[in-house]
Amino acid sequence: MKKNSIVMVKQVPDTANISGQVMKEDGTVNRAKLPAIFNHEDRVALEFALQIKDKFGGKVTAITMGPPRASDVLRECLFMGADEAVLISDRKFAGADTLATSYVLAETIKHIGGYDFIFAGRQAIDGDTAQVGPQTAEKLNIPQITYAEEILEVGESSVKVKKKIEGGYEILESKLPVLITVIKDAAFPRPFQAKRIMAYKNAKTLSELEKLTEGNSLLYIDQLRDEYESRNLYIKTLTMDDLKLDESRCGINGSPTKVYKVESVVLAGGNHEMIPPTKEGIGKLIDHLLADHILG
Amino acid sequence: MEIKNRDVWVFIEQRNSKPADVSFELLSKGRKLADSLQSSLKAIVIGHNIKPIAEETFKYGAEEAIIVDNEQLAHYKTMPYSRIINELVEKHQPRVMLYGATVIGRDLAPRVASHTKSGLTADCTDLQISTVKYLKEEFKDLLLQIRPAFGGNIIATIISPDVHTQMATVREGVMRMEIVSNPVKGKITEVPYVSSDMDDILKIIEQHRKENKVNLKAAPIIVSGGYGLGSKENFELVKELAHTIGGEVAGTRAAVDAGFITPDRQVGQTGVTVRPKLYIACGISGAIQHRAGMQESNKIIAINSDPDAPIFSVAHYGIVGDAMQIIPMFINVFKQKLR
Repeated sequence: MKKNSIVMVKQVPDTANISGQVMKEDGTVNRAKLPAIFNHEDRVALEFALQIKDKFGGKVTAITMGPPRASDVLRECLFMGADEAVLISDRKFAGADTLATSYVLAETIKHIGGYDFIFAGRQAIDGDTAQVGPQTAEKLNIPQITYAEEILEVGESSVKVKKKIEGGYEILESKLPVLITVIKDAAFPRPFQAKRIMAYKNAKTLSELEKLTEGNSLLYIDQLRDEYESRNLYIKTLTMDDLKLDESRCGINGSPTKVYKVESVVLAGGNHEMIPPTKEGIGKLIDHLLADHILG
Repeated sequence: MEIKNRDVWVFIEQRNSKPADVSFELLSKGRKLADSLQSSLKAIVIGHNIKPIAEETFKYGAEEAIIVDNEQLAHYKTMPYSRIINELVEKHQPRVMLYGATVIGRDLAPRVASHTKSGLTADCTDLQISTVKYLKEEFKDLLLQIRPAFGGNIIATIISPDVHTQMATVREGVMRMEIVSNPVKGKITEVPYVSSDMDDILKIIEQHRKENKVNLKAAPIIVSGGYGLGSKENFELVKELAHTIGGEVAGTRAAVDAGFITPDRQVGQTGVTVRPKLYIACGISGAIQHRAGMQESNKIIAINSDPDAPIFSVAHYGIVGDAMQIIPMFINVFKQKLR
């Protein structure tokens, strides 16, 4: 009863840890300087897939849509235990909102095929929209379980999942295949395995292999790719044309939502009464609040 | 693109036949949007025995409730609910559709937006109707979907100029619930439920839900702590202060993520929006997402060691100093005053 999983992962800017180094003079954030990290909930999603593989066998494929440097998170998926990694990358994907992103991901998943589960983090920290999972499920015409906390039981053609809801939980049963988005605390992602780091640190995408051939007339890209593929070190790289996608549905063209205006948040002080950090200062403040019936 | 329908729709969420507050908050906002668009506001109610909920929507400004009532639909299920709304949206093509950014809304809205190829913006903190110029073209009466983005470092205004239906989700508490002064006698339109094979490929086996005991929205005093407090132990002081002055304790997202406090007490864009009489922010730097959830408080006291912390920009009283020293001082002085 082998079960194959596809895991959707994303490389995100580390918006949670903004240090002084990425702040511009005017108090806004220099986005280009933010470090790129593996979206944590996606790592939990990979852990779910690996646990199913550990129990039932099958294959785990990690996919990401992103710029060439997103290959970093795919290598990390391989370090954790993914069998295969796929980078979906094309300049024409730029400016994609969740609708265009889910179109590309759904088409990639159809291209890969043969899956029982699709896992993803509930949301990515750069947008917090939680939309790509359900939108991908809709395009594949399969059910979705969002906010998953635990896989309770995997059957021949169904799965039981505990889902977090406001003030409690639900137990849902779905037919396979199903798309499941997981929450942060659902599992603790396993650490990278030393053996796998040694094995996969040289795994490369097509554009990374192309870089190797640059300025070296003895290296031919097709040969190089075949060699990497035979050593299981090739990170499959798919473009819009490889997937035969409809260009009008990709990137900014395929995105109904557009950013009309962006205002930087300037971190500056405003008008407020300063209270000295002393007993007397705080005493006066409390008197004031008591007199106004705000306290007491 | 020809706009045939300018109506504003709100998905009315019910759990065990109890309507969610956020749905009525959205009706109140939707009323204003519909007025700007000179169109009508409609409530979409799906469930079982939901007529009373449909009637209630008129109090918040709905002129019509479209209801789909069936035993099979008593509890939210992804497949039939999304299918029903897909069909309704495709048939009527409303101009705007709003959902609460709840577990249900966040499951449903993207699925519907995907099927109907509508624009969808999550967790908006403001919605407005305005005519905008985008790429040298003028678009009349678009929905401006305003939300902090990128970790709160920017405020983005999103538009969906090329689609019929502009969709958005909004967190509970962000919009104000307002009963209209002269409600219309609304119309209830019943749409029959026709089942489909796909409806039950995803079933609910069990449901356990406790009513949320924490009600931050109703608390007159809130004492809130941030990541700046440094540890769960230090956070205890925030709780002590809240206890001393009779307030509820709350925290920022960073404090929740660090495990200092439970997620049901998170204030901010992705938590609860509050408007208490008094809000005391301890060790909170004041990221825009947090400020979005508390800046309408009647009085705000900010305690932070960094005099440039953005929290001071919304505060009425600022105390620059280490919260670990200021809070005990506050507690002691307050106790003495009451004696």
